Formats: sequence, C-alpha cells, structure tokens
Amino acid sequence: MREITYLEAIKEALDEEMTRDPSVFILGEDVGVYGGAFRVTEGFFEKYGDWRVLDTPLSESGFTGAAIGAALVGMRPVVEMQFADFISCAFDQLVNVAAKNHYRWGAATPIVVRAPYGGNIHGGAFHSQCIEGFFFNVPGLKIVAPSTAYDAKGLLKAAIRDNDPVIYCEHKYLYRRIKDSIPEEDYVVPIGKARIALEGKDVSIITYGAMVHTALEAAQTLKEKGISCEIIDLRTILPLDKKSIFDTVKKTNKVVVLHEQTKTGGVGAEVSSLISEYCFDYLDGPVIRIAAPDTPVPYSAQMEEAFIPQTKDIVSAVEKLMSY
Amino acid sequence: MDIKREDLLRLYYYLKLTRRLEDRVTSLYHQGKILGGAWTSNGTEAVSVGYGYALEKNDIAAPYFRDMGVFLIRGITAKRIMAQYFGKKTGVTGGKEGNVHIGDLNFGVLGFPSHLADNYPVGTGAALAFKIRGEKRIAVACTGDGGTSRGDFHEAMNFAATRKLPIVFICNNNQYAYSTPLQLQMAIKDIAERALAYSMPSKVVDGNNVVAVYTAAKEAYEIARNGGGPTFIECKTMRMHGHSEHDSAKYVPRELLEEWKKKDPILNMEKYLLENKFTKKEELDDVDVRVKKEIEDAESFAEQSPYPDSEDGKKGLYATPVEGEERV
Repeated sequence: MREITYLEAIKEALDEEMTRDPSVFILGEDVGVYGGAFRVTEGFFEKYGDWRVLDTPLSESGFTGAAIGAALVGMRPVVEMQFADFISCAFDQLVNVAAKNHYRWGAATPIVVRAPYGGNIHGGAFHSQCIEGFFFNVPGLKIVAPSTAYDAKGLLKAAIRDNDPVIYCEHKYLYRRIKDSIPEEDYVVPIGKARIALEGKDVSIITYGAMVHTALEAAQTLKEKGISCEIIDLRTILPLDKKSIFDTVKKTNKVVVLHEQTKTGGVGAEVSSLISEYCFDYLDGPVIRIAAPDTPVPYSAQMEEAFIPQTKDIVSAVEKLMSY
Repeated sequence: MDIKREDLLRLYYYLKLTRRLEDRVTSLYHQGKILGGAWTSNGTEAVSVGYGYALEKNDIAAPYFRDMGVFLIRGITAKRIMAQYFGKKTGVTGGKEGNVHIGDLNFGVLGFPSHLADNYPVGTGAALAFKIRGEKRIAVACTGDGGTSRGDFHEAMNFAATRKLPIVFICNNNQYAYSTPLQLQMAIKDIAERALAYSMPSKVVDGNNVVAVYTAAKEAYEIARNGGGPTFIECKTMRMHGHSEHDSAKYVPRELLEEWKKKDPILNMEKYLLENKFTKKEELDDVDVRVKKEIEDAESFAEQSPYPDSEDGKKGLYATPVEGEERV
C-alpha cells in the first residue's frame, strides 16, 4: 500500500492499462508532448510514442468520432476532453453513434471519454461545468464519477476494460487535494456499484464526486449534534445502483440527495423520483435535493461559493428533515 | 488501369442488383408494405458500386444512406436487406433498425447514422487503428453533397490529412440536399475544392460512370494503403428520385432530370460493355433475369420471415451488461 493523489491514481490506471493491453491508446488536445492540460499524461508520449499518445487538432467531434471508429475495429481508445465542458462539441458522436451502436447494429464501442469536470476552481462558465446531466438521459452510455483516489484508479481500469462507451467524470478539484492508500496489485472497481462512504442510521445523504467530501464534513458537524448520517457514494451515475439507493432509504427513512450539478432535471431528480416511486412507504419525510442553482457557473469567488453546495447547506437540510 | 472482363460484368451485375432492389423497395413503399421511409440511390448507383467494388476483403467501409451497392458488394444479402425494410427478425439489425441504417462488422461495414458526415470521423478512426497497428488495410467513408457542409466532414478531413491516415473520402454529389440545391449549400464550384484546405489530393469524377468511379477509388486506395495518405473523390451525379420516396421532388427542374436521364449509369455501362465488345446483349439479359430472381427471392424471404418479439426491443443496450441494471 502507498498513498497517491486522485490525479496520480488516474495516471497509474492509464499507464498500467496501456502496458497491459496494446489496443489501449490516448488521444486528445495537448496530451502528447505537453502531457495534458492537467499533466495527467505527462511522460506518456516519451514512453508510448506518438501513435499511442496522439495530439489531435482542436476538434472534439472529429477525434471522438475517430475514437469510435478505432474502437469498432478492435482498439480501446481513451479520449481526453481537455475540460469536460468541451464535450458538448462531441455530443452528436457520443449520443448518436457511440451510445447507439450496440443496440442498433450489435457493434461494441469500447471507448472511454475522460471528462475533467466541476467547479470550485474559479474557472467560470466554460471550465467548471458538471456535464453528467447532459448524458444522463442517453441510453447506451455509462457514466462514472469517482470521489476517491482508490475508486479513480479502479473505475478507470474497469471503464477501459468495459465494452461500452464510458464517460469518466474526474473532478478537477480533487486532483491534488485528496490521497488514498492504493494496493500495489491490479484491481478494478466494478461499474454499476455504489459504496457506503459512511455508515449511519438517522438520515441518508446520496451523492457522488467532490460532494462526497462535503457530505463527510457535514456528517461530522451533525454527529456532534447527535445525528448519524449514512453517506452513499454512487460512483456510477449511469446506470444507477438502485439496490444501494433503496437499501439506505429502507434503513434510515430520511433522504437528502446532493450534487454539484444544477438542480432541474439533474441526477438528483431521478434518484428522488426512484425513491418516491419504489420506497414511498419507507419515507418519513420529503426527499430533499441539494444542488447548484439553475444558472451557469459564476466566476467570482463569492458567487461561486454560493453556487456550489456547502457544508452548511447540508447541515440545515438534514436538521429540517430530522423534524419529520 | 486495365479492368478484367469478369470485373466489368460484376460491376454491371451490382448496378442492376442495386437498381432493382431499390426499385422494388419503392413499389413496396407505395403499397404500404415498408415500415417508415424508403431512401434510394436511384440514378447514383455507380458511386456506391464503383467505390465498394474497389475495396479489398479486409478493408472497412463507413457508408452513408445512398450506398446500397456497398452493402451488397460487401456480402450483406438482398434477403437480409429486404427483411430489414420489412422490420423483420431476419433483417440485418433484427428489426432494431430500418431501411438503409445498416451495419455489419462481419462484412466490414460500419453502421450508418442519419447525421450526415458522422461516418467521416468514424471511418477516420478505423484508418487510425490500421495505422497504429501497422496493418495494410484502408477505410473508405462516404457522404452526400449536403454532408460536406457539416463540421464532422471538415474535422475528419483535417485530422486524416494531418496524420496521413489510410482513408479515402467519397462524396456522392447528387446536386441536392433534400430540396436545397448546391448553389444554396456552398459558394464553390466543385466540392473537391474543400480538400485544398487540408492539402489533400482530390479528384472529380463522372459519378454516372461506374468504371471511372471504380478506377479512381482503386488508385486512391492503393495510395492510402501504401502510406500516401487520404484522397477526396467527388463523384458528380444526379439524384433522380426525391430525397426519399415520399418526396415528389417538384423543386427539381424537369429539364435537369431529362438531361441526366440520358446519362443513366446503367445505360452508360451497357453501352460501354457492348461497344467495346466485352459482352453481348444476351449475356446482359441473363444478368437481368438472375437479378430479378434474386430480388423476388429476397422479397418472399422477407415476407415469410417472422417479426421480432416486442420484448427484443428491450435487449442489447450494452455490450457489457451491468448487473442489476434492469431490476426495477
């Protein structure tokens, strides 16, 4: 075991998979000589050469489409979106080609699209977005969003080995801020399985990504007030691990759904609907959503702080829920 | 380039097969027997037959929707295609998809998405894979004149040229994007001019001359196969039917259709074969008899095939299913 950061975990997963399987290659903007905008692929160009670490023209639709074509004939491309926000330019290829290939004509499309997402870095409206909601309504895609270094590595390996298109949401804020003990040996974290980030009995907080850490902070404050929180880290957004969601609801009977993505039509809306549809009899109160307001991500620090859910928002939502 | 008599006759056979299959589909559409719409390549068959026939067995085609010749040449049978139109279980996609939305990796054909020029980047990716693996295979991607205005067209051309990938880009320039004529689509005279921007060699060929299309494609494929990078081939032709069979195409001047009718690709080829004494009228008639029979058989196969089970529509979303995914 050794401690590595979230970013190092992503890097290790890529490196190990590229060594293990010659069909794995990387393409995207500035991933080669420069080593990627966030330095995730630093040193890869020297190690694997310019045909396995390809600097592409600035054309997200073009290189995502090319990744799809390469995948159809036996490769396992990993596409790096420089910032997740730019994935909108590749929307058509992901939604109409990658997502539908297997259903329409039986062809597997094993691509991974790495999407550095999320705010709290003063990136403004085009470098801070949570993009999972854009793709959440697209059958055929898989979406994962690790919150720990351990999961970042294990889920990326699982995504690369998976035969379907996987959007891998890596939270930029976590890159160098969190560390985990990682085993030396090879491991994967299965797609489609949530985890219990904190066991508790009074109220459930269902979340993912950087918000898992905010929820953990809130749980500490709430513990001091005598409230025991259970935190579910979804890890996979699409398809949702419904069993884990229902299990925690049945255990605590009170639920907060938390995410950094904007509120309307977000992942939380679906989680909340599932709970009301299938666990109504177990609920003691309303399912409360804590999410970003329905605006673009603002730039200025004070406004961005107000945009991103904070510990205090969770504490007050849980206290309100405890009155039921 | 010398073409063997045998190959010329095969080209003729595929022209006829493509025309007769699509003509039959048109009739069946008007009889209400085809689900959804029917898009044909009527008048432009020499494009798909020419570039499709020039491929080697292990090459990959990323076609568009007026490419029936490619499907047939690659080995996707008229029976499976007709069943596809009927929405039957025996169709190429088992009823999941209809009409020309065909793809089958067993025959090196990538599925066609309706968003035109989407297959330009996808075909480019197949070529990229061949280049990475050092394989002597090539990819070919096709779109119509309309598709050349989309970003994906340009992004693929630029990427392929930058990396000298083994791909050939075909454009079926049939003069109209649905109802919009070329002069409202672009300011240039030849679509091939677009290739200049990518420093990509290009060629303009008579898209109603199957031998010309075949020859141009074959030459471009060999350049690509030997590391010379991509070529763009504009095939000038004319769509003789509407955008799809529901469309009477009244927006096309009748004189224009009359003019192109004289240049019909099948009549062209018959004339070429007879004048150069490659064959006799009787032999061509025999081809037609064979083709007719093949289409009749395809139709009765499609008619007699079972429909898919309605529950089949819920299956096959993922190649790697997720445990518990359909639990609720």
